[in-house]
Amino acid sequence: MTETMENSLSWVPRPMRCELEVNNLTVAYRQPGGRVNTAVDSISFKVSAGEVVGLVGESGCGKSTTARAICGLERPKGGSIMFNGKKITPLTLRRRPKEFQSIQMVFQNPYASLNPRRTIRHQIEDGRRANRGEAPSVEELLDLVEIPRSAAGEYPYQFSGGQRQRIAIARAVAAGADLLIGDEPIASLDASLQAKIAQLMRDVCLKTGASLLFISHDLAVVRLIADRVIVMQSGHIVEQGPTEEIWQHPKEAYTQRLLAAIPEADGLGHIPQV
Amino acid sequence: MSEKDMSENESTRTAGSAATSGTDESVALSIRDLNLTIDDHHILKDVSLDVPSGKVMGLAGESGSGKTMTGMTVLGLQPEGAEVTGEIDYHGENLLALNDRQMASYRGHHIAMVFQDPTASLHPMIRIGVQLTDHMRHHLGLSKQEARERAIELLKLVQVPDPEGTLKRYPHQFSGGQLQRIAIAVAIACKPDLIIADEPTTALDVTVQAGILQLLRHLCDTTGLTIILITHDLGVMSALADEIAVMRGGQIVERGSRYDVIRNPQHPYTKALIDSLPKQMMERRDQAAQAGQTAQAESGETEQPSEPQEGGQHD
Repeated sequence: MTETMENSLSWVPRPMRCELEVNNLTVAYRQPGGRVNTAVDSISFKVSAGEVVGLVGESGCGKSTTARAICGLERPKGGSIMFNGKKITPLTLRRRPKEFQSIQMVFQNPYASLNPRRTIRHQIEDGRRANRGEAPSVEELLDLVEIPRSAAGEYPYQFSGGQRQRIAIARAVAAGADLLIGDEPIASLDASLQAKIAQLMRDVCLKTGASLLFISHDLAVVRLIADRVIVMQSGHIVEQGPTEEIWQHPKEAYTQRLLAAIPEADGLGHIPQV
Repeated sequence: MSEKDMSENESTRTAGSAATSGTDESVALSIRDLNLTIDDHHILKDVSLDVPSGKVMGLAGESGSGKTMTGMTVLGLQPEGAEVTGEIDYHGENLLALNDRQMASYRGHHIAMVFQDPTASLHPMIRIGVQLTDHMRHHLGLSKQEARERAIELLKLVQVPDPEGTLKRYPHQFSGGQLQRIAIAVAIACKPDLIIADEPTTALDVTVQAGILQLLRHLCDTTGLTIILITHDLGVMSALADEIAVMRGGQIVERGSRYDVIRNPQHPYTKALIDSLPKQMMERRDQAAQAGQTAQAESGETEQPSEPQEGGQHD
């Protein structure tokens, strides 16, 4: 699945520099009544430079919590997250340390993650200001996500859901993302757009030298774009490996069950037996 | 075409079970020239559809295509101020001509609905026992005890564990999949011959989704229930629907058997929908890679299949 990307960028991306190392990460939530819900239980994985990693699992398996911990939005109960050799600290009221601003997130709902009262140019400029190096221009970024340059002065409501997600991606790239985290970035889009936007995220990351951690419950789309897959179940990693290997020869019973449950659009009327 | 034979065998099997259900008509619902306008916006345009009895009729399409609006209009739940013309024929009765009171005697009784999100469609502060028996007592005139007994039967039918305990509990005490089973039990409680399932598995995990699809197929095969399945997920459509109508911009652009619509789509919009599936994109990319080209399989395509490049209106 290697792609020879033609370098269509009008700016020179920084050299790839993402080494994410998650070691024995545990995140727990306190619940009413003194109970503790361990959402992520001692997981370890790596994301290397220029790699697209899919994180899959069913709701409640801890995949979003993992993403939030990497962004510093959750305080780990145990273990550590290292990004380019530095330990990621939980976000406080202070400004986030510069070196962690190159971890950028694209959220599920572009309607909520873009400010409805500001033009998209302004919002992409916000991203550019966080860039530690030379940020590409707003026009270059819009080219990258295939939005017409002339649309820069418009407001989010003037765009469709898919276009808004493209704008959110442009904003993340503007900040000089070394690691892009997509937390179900395609779940609220129309079916015909999902694969296309996911493919765009992969292409954008490959072109700009960023790594991508793509969180989704849509296994078919993950297969399309991920080099490596991590399968999670109730806070644990049950299996991880190269995408095609997991698809062709899933070792764990849970992975087999998950893959068998995907209904295939083959017109034959087979209901998955799980 | 052994695959096609299989799919045909399956449809004849379903048709056979429909014949035993008591209705001798082959059409459960017939929509004729349905038009719906809200403030000069033409939402549905000349929608005509025969829903075969005892089968699963799929309505596919993207958000805004009018598939949900069609389903809601069948139940008389179109938005306030909507102007509706045309005819919805249900066993000889034009549903559009009924007044509110008459419509209420059909809704939830002869025609029922299953919604996308059971946590929203079930009342959070009323016990399952009440939500599952209230309409039975009203529509079927059952006593409290009779309704309770039927509720337990229904919960067994939809495979919810511990039916008696379930009646005493509240919605928040169940998982999404169990709640959707309960919502299906609520829908089939008054023995409707038609249910409209609007994205019934979209909010569920894939493994749970498989169970719900099996349940719907089972109900259709064993009780002769007719289902209008509304979904944008072509995988779900291919698993459950016997026939598929594809909607776009308030119109039905293509209609045919499940196999034909998915394997051999005629309308450019349907083709664009099928082409945008991840599997098809992978195949195209692999082919492109084999052909020694760069794998930018997607470049040059339009963002939305609602504007298919090939243009041209069929039909």
